[in-house]
This record gives sequence, structure tokens and C-alpha cells, in this order.
Amino acid sequence: MAQLIQYIFAGLTMGVIYALTGVGFNLIYNATGVINFAQGEFVMLGAMLLYTLQEVLHWSPFISLPLVFILGGVVGVVFEYGVVKPLIRLGVITVIIGTIGASVVLKGGAMLIWGKNALAVEPLISEKPVAFLGASLNIQVLVVLVVTAIAVAIFWYFFGFTILGKAIQACSVNPLAARLAGVPVERMITLSFCFSGALSALAGGLIAPITLAEYDMGTMLALKGFCAAIIGGLGNNPGAMVGGLLLGVMEGLSAGYLSSGYKDALAFLVLILVLFWRPEGLITRGKGERV
Amino acid sequence: MKRDYLILLLVTLVAFTLPLILPGDYYVEVFLFMGINILVALGLSLLMGYAGQISLGHAGFYGMGAYISGALTAHLGWPVPLAALVALVATALVAALVGWPTLRLRGHYLAMATLGLGIILYILFVQLKGITGGASGLSGIQPVHAGDLYLDTPRRYCYLVWSLVILAFLFSLNLVKSRSGLALRALHYSEVAASTLGIDVAKYKLQVFVFSCVLAALGGVLYAHYITFISPETFGFMYSIKLVVMIVLGGMYSLWGALLGGAFLSLLPEFLHRLEDLEVMVHGLILLMVLIFLPGGLTGLIQKIGEKIRGSS
Amino acid sequence: MVVLDARGVKKSFGGVKALRGVDVTVQEGTITALIGPNGSGKTTLFNILSGVLPMDEGKVIFMNQEIGSWPAHKRAALGIARTFQNLQIFQEMSVLENVMAGGFRHTSSGFMAGGLSLPKVRGEMRALEKKALKLLEELELTPYAHVQAGELPFGIQRKVEIARALALEPRLLLLDEPAAGLTTKETLALARFIHGLKERGITVFLVEHDMDLVMGISDWVIVLNFGQKIYEGTPLAVKRERTVIKAYLGEKRAKG
Repeated sequence: MAQLIQYIFAGLTMGVIYALTGVGFNLIYNATGVINFAQGEFVMLGAMLLYTLQEVLHWSPFISLPLVFILGGVVGVVFEYGVVKPLIRLGVITVIIGTIGASVVLKGGAMLIWGKNALAVEPLISEKPVAFLGASLNIQVLVVLVVTAIAVAIFWYFFGFTILGKAIQACSVNPLAARLAGVPVERMITLSFCFSGALSALAGGLIAPITLAEYDMGTMLALKGFCAAIIGGLGNNPGAMVGGLLLGVMEGLSAGYLSSGYKDALAFLVLILVLFWRPEGLITRGKGERV
Repeated sequence: MKRDYLILLLVTLVAFTLPLILPGDYYVEVFLFMGINILVALGLSLLMGYAGQISLGHAGFYGMGAYISGALTAHLGWPVPLAALVALVATALVAALVGWPTLRLRGHYLAMATLGLGIILYILFVQLKGITGGASGLSGIQPVHAGDLYLDTPRRYCYLVWSLVILAFLFSLNLVKSRSGLALRALHYSEVAASTLGIDVAKYKLQVFVFSCVLAALGGVLYAHYITFISPETFGFMYSIKLVVMIVLGGMYSLWGALLGGAFLSLLPEFLHRLEDLEVMVHGLILLMVLIFLPGGLTGLIQKIGEKIRGSS
Repeated sequence: MVVLDARGVKKSFGGVKALRGVDVTVQEGTITALIGPNGSGKTTLFNILSGVLPMDEGKVIFMNQEIGSWPAHKRAALGIARTFQNLQIFQEMSVLENVMAGGFRHTSSGFMAGGLSLPKVRGEMRALEKKALKLLEELELTPYAHVQAGELPFGIQRKVEIARALALEPRLLLLDEPAAGLTTKETLALARFIHGLKERGITVFLVEHDMDLVMGISDWVIVLNFGQKIYEGTPLAVKRERTVIKAYLGEKRAKG
């Protein structure tokens, strides 16, 4: 039983990161119809930046983490202007290849700046693991869950109840109508990129103390985040959250009870199965498209 | 159209004289591996340029060819031609199986699906230690030989590789000019319109996909039986990316893009010799720069220059 | 004889009932027009008949063959060709290539044969090119043969799409708003052209908004409104029919 709890919590922790990455995908997809292959690198940058701020500059984690969130937003905007905008006139497929290029550049750049080794980052609260139902839980795990819950709550309020949030949603549903209603669509799109980058960077900053920060952690995270988004239905944010948690728990359980070598394969298997069987997502109200 | 066959003739001449001129085995080997890369890239070029599909998992099929053929000769002592044939057929079957549902998906879904597939294959290469030797690699792969004649020197193998490259290009050029080529281009520009003309879009996409995977597997077979030792890193995500960069750099809309892009990127490591760490980033930069500033790639550039020359005369 | 017979065609999109059970019969060698106000379901029916959109319920019979569940490419192989209102020509292919593509169903060589450049393949492609050139000549498109289709003016592109459809040598030609975007002069030429098709034995079924064109060339007119057939008859009869006028113009005009 204790083992089960252990696996589930390990899974939930990663699941939360997949969920946040999935939401990051959705924000950009809803704004532009583009699948951002560099989304994983946004998460990676968050982890790396936290390392630099906290371990190199020795700033307090309570300053570093929010700063990572803000810097992530900057990265998102730079990405929009540097990669997406110049290519969007050439069609969605070209933009997608462009994001692939960007992800490789970011990965290569990270390798040059931070080196190839995995970097250790101190957790937000350095306490001994806590006992819970017989399992021993890392405090950072709780931090991840709590911070994510807060972030999700803020976003939920923002998109559901504020004018700005609704304006952004309007842009993704019907840009022309939104424009005619006076919504500055371009600025809303930029805001979406900003949030996407910020959220992903935050995810990276949260997970770094647990999984270490590495220059090539982006690829797997992107795929799993995409998987989370697809399970929930591409474009559907609550769906991505559920999808991410589901995927994380499945991974945790399979790593514990089956084999850890194959655990990554699980995510891709699920991804491929969902794409074949129900591309519109397992949770309805998604926006998947068949040919 | 005739021009393409002339270019192929030119390439054939170069491919057959170059190994004789090059000053030493090392350079012949570089040319040899270039040929293998170009062979794999050609398949992807057909897929991306003509059928308009992205695959980010071609390294996996490259690996399938290498591991199946390699393992059959290393563990079971099978003769190379038989092992190679089995590897190609097996890859074709897997490609057909995977391609059938996947090709119904839109562009970005397909890209992700093939990416995931490539990674699953990579994980299998690492995990199935009994067959593949796992992360430490597979050794003891038989070299190619017919009786006592061994094709294991750089020069001889180079001829083998490039003969196959030329044949593959010949086949592809013929294909493009045939009914299938017309159908592929039609479905690339408008799947709906193509279907209303009687073109079975799904069937053609699948055919091109399987063909491109078989070419990748063939490249893998050639690689394995020259090197005689293979390990999973060669067949990872980075190689899939390199292939895409080759196509984009060379030019997506011409088969010769595979040749130019493949040649360029195969030579790149020679120039980045000391700066290996830059390799990853340079590939990404090339991809981005070409997309933004030179969307037609190198072949597009050459075409434009050709038009300017013709225009002024 | 009846070329096309659609019975009880129903189609809904979510909660919207686009077609509520429509029957359509097209006689061989005639020009039949499908008209109706916007939102009446014309385009939906058209897309269902050409196999681009699946229907929820109903039967579609072409030359005594039930094709209701057949995909578009199989219907094309039987001899049904169509054009598109928003033009789906192959932009970056030449006009000649576009029209050659239209003749696809008359070829049969496979993937391997193509790659090996077997004599059959080369023969097929030559024949295709010859036929396409002839068609271009008939439609006065020869000067544009090697021009990229996407670079031509709209009116010419329309002609190219029709040429492409004709290359299929169809028994039934479905024209989707062929006059859309054409000038009056061009529309007159189109009318003459469609009439010429009838004389060649091609059955034409068209969806159209341009009433002058419809009334001028059709043998039979079918009127849809709100997903149902409300009337069908000769152009003259349709023009006078109260229910039709009401559908288009409202109560008052109908009474007057």
C-alpha cells in the first residue's frame, strides 16, 4: 500500500508537469493553430534559469521562482516574434518545422551555456521527507502540487471571469468576430504566447529540484505534454490537466510495477493509440481534427 | 524533365570517378556515408515534398533496417542478402501497419505520431538487449560478401552504396513522371480535389510512406554491414532531425534537394571538427535560417539563379 | 433514363438539420439545376452527391449502382466529375498538368510500374497528355498550357477546373456555382458552353445562384428551402410558383 501511494505521488508530480506543458501547448494552439515543438524547451529553460538564479547567483528561491515565471513569459514573446511571426505566412506546416528548428537551437544553446551534465537545484523548502499513509514523500512534491493548484486557480478565474481572459478566448474561437468587437487580436495572441512560456517555465522551475535540470529534458516533456493535451482534446485546457495527471499516474504505476526502462514508451504508445482511435480526445469537447 | 535524367547521369559519373581520385580511405568513407545519408533522405524527400507529409521518426526505420539485418547475421549467421531482404520486408510491413491509421491524421498530428514512433523504436533498440545488445551495441555483424569476394574495403563498399543511390534516384524520377507522381502532386495541393478525380488519397500516401521507410531501412542495412558494430545513439531523435534539415536545406520540392542537403550536412561535421558541441545548435539554426530566408532551399536558389540567367539572355 | 437518383437524404451537423429527407432525380442528357436561398442545404446535398461528405441517412443511386457509402474517388471512377465553388485547382501545377490529372481514371499503372518506367506507363502518360492538349484547344486554353495555374486570372482558372473535370470524360458533371465571380460576358459564354456539353451527351447537374443562367439553360429546376425540396419543374413553372417566390422574397411579394 505504501508503495502504491509512493508510485501514485511520483506519478502525480510528473503528471502535473505534463499537465502544465499540455496547457502551454493549448494556449499557443488556440491562438495560432500551431503545434509548438519547442514547448518542452520552454520547460527546460525554466529549470535552467532557476538553477542559474538560485545556485549560481544564490538568490532566494522565493524570488527566483516568480522571476522564472516572468522570464518564461519573455521567452514566449521572443519566440512568437522570432519564429512564429516570420513563418506564419508560409503556412502552418512550415511554422511547425520552424518550431522544430527552434527547439533544436534552444537545446543546443542550453548545452553550450550550461553544459551536458545534470544540474542539481535546491528545493523550495529543505525539510526531511514527510510520512503519509506509510509512504515517504518529498516536500517538493507537495510544493509542486500546491503551487500548481494556485496557478490553475488563478488561470481559471482569469479565463472564466475577467474581460481580458474572455477576450483571449474570443480570439481563438472566432478571430474575425473578436476583431470586429474591438479586441486587439494581435496583442491577445502575444499574451497567449507570454502565458504559455511563463507557465511552462514555472513547470520547469518546480520540477528541477526533483528531476534535476538537463539540457535535453525538453524532448520527452514536449511529447508527454502533447500527449496530455491530446488526451484531453487539443485546445481543451481542463482536459489537458486531467490528461496530464492521468498520464503521470499511469507512468508512475508502470515504472513501479513493470519496468522503468519502458516507462517512456508508455506515453508514446498512449499518444499513438489516442491519435488513431480518438484524435478529438478522450474527454469530449476537444477540437481534434481528422482529415 | 529530360534535364533530371541528365543530372542523374552527371551524378553517376561523379560517383564512379570520385572514389578513384580521393586521396585516401578516410575521404572515401566520408563519401560512402554521404551516400547512405542521401539514400535515406531521398525517401523522406518524396514523402515531404511530393506527398506533403512530415515524418520525424525516420531514424527509427533506419535503425530497424540496421538492427534486423545486423542481428540476423550476427546471432543466427544468416547470409547477408537474405538478412537484408528480411529487414526490408519487415520494415515495409511495420510501416504499412503504422502508416495506415497515421496517414489519416492532419499534418501536425502526423509529425507528433511519427516522433513518438521513432522514440518507441529507439527505446526498443535499447531495451531488447537479447537481440540488439542494448546500449552497449551489437557487434559481429557480417560484412557483405559473395563467395570469397568481400565488399568491405571503403572503395568497394562506396561503389555498392552509390550504385544503390543512383538506382533509387532513377526509380524516384520515373515515379514522379508516372501516373503515381501525378497523383501524389495532385493530392499534395488539394486532397479533396484529387479524390474527386478518382485518386485514392490514402492509398498513395501509404505507398509513399512505405517506400520512404524501406529506403531508410536500406540505408540502415548498408550502414550496419559496413561498420559491423552498431549502437542505439545513431538511430535516435537527433538523426531524424538531421534528415529533416537535409530536406529543408536542399529544398523540399525537388528530389535533388535530398542530394544537396544530404551532401552538405554530411560534410558539416568535417568542418565542425573541433566544435562538436556546436553541432546540435548549428542544425537548428540552419533549419530556421533556411525556412525564414530561403524557403525553397538550395535547389530553389539554383532555380532562381537559372531563371535570372535565362531572363537576361 | 435516370442517371442519378437520390432518395431520402438526411444530414445533420450537431443540432442543425441541414437536409431533412431530400429526393432528387436527374435524367440523362439534361441540364438540371438545384436552387434555393442561402442555408437551404444546396451545398450540403452537392457535397453528399459527390462523395465528399457522408450522409446520415438515404440512398444515392448512380446508373443503377448504389453508391451511397462510396468515397469520392470511387464515384469519380464511375464517371462522376465535379467542380468547386471556391476553386480547388492545383495551384502550383501547370494548366496542362491540371487537366492531365483530370484524366486519371483512364490510367491504371501502379507504383512499381511507375518507378520502373515500364512501357505501359510511358504510353499512358503520353496518351493522357495528348487528350489534355486536345481539350485545352477546345476550350481555347492552349496559350496557358505551361503556365502555373495559380498565376492566372479567376475566370481562366474556372475554365481550367472545368477542363479538368471534362478530362475525366464524365457521364455526370456536377458544377458547383460555376458562375460565381464571373462577369456578365463570362457568364454568357459559360451558358453557351454548358449547353454545348449537353449536346455532347454529358448530363449536367448544377447548383447556382445566378437566376438568369439557371432559367436560361436548365431543362429542369429543383428548389430547396430549409433542407427540404419545396418544388421542382421546368424553369417557367418554377418562376411562377408561389412557394418558390415566397422562399426567396417573402410573403408580400408572393401575394402581389
